Amino acid sequence: MSIQQFIANEVKSNDVILFMKGTPQFPQCGFSGQVVQILDYLGVPYKGLNVLESDELRQGIKAYSNWPTVPQLYVKGEFVGGCDIVREMFQAGELQTLLKEKGLAVREAARA
Amino acid sequence: MSPISTVQRIQDTLAAALSPERLDVVDESERHAGHMGAVPGKTTHVRVLVTAQAFRGKSRIERHRIVNELLAAEMAEGLHALAIVAKAPGE
Repeated sequence: MSIQQFIANEVKSNDVILFMKGTPQFPQCGFSGQVVQILDYLGVPYKGLNVLESDELRQGIKAYSNWPTVPQLYVKGEFVGGCDIVREMFQAGELQTLLKEKGLAVREAARA
Repeated sequence: MSPISTVQRIQDTLAAALSPERLDVVDESERHAGHMGAVPGKTTHVRVLVTAQAFRGKSRIERHRIVNELLAAEMAEGLHALAIVAKAPGE
């Protein structure tokens, strides 16, 4: 399986997936850490894939999304964005709306 | 040593391409000293705040793609992190 096929499969089979540096338990980059904090705050289940474990994955996700930086968040197969976009959407309440529209439960008290 | 700083080059590139109403390019490399991707004395982490008519009617992803593509050469040259706030005038 090529790295592009691997990524496509991961994106397809996980409702919420974060390509990040480090793990949700131990982010190794401030930008990845911010997205982890937001997702944890919203209480939405997600998979974190550590691009630092594989240079092929690290380069592959940049090509897959045509996006030069990590982290990268996908929801139901759709590219949402990186740290700045996720944070802006969260602060505007748009991330919560997007998750709900996609049928994903968000912790009710969760507000920006 | 390059005669023109990375920050100045980024400013010039964005100013020429977007004719922005507002443009701030901030070198945040110092704040990331010791972190991944940081290289002492080198501009590796940059924050761009840009307000331009070109972003009108564009999604966040589209706006970021415009800036990313304009700065692709910088990313290839060792710029490690690019934080972007892109707005249309009045937003």
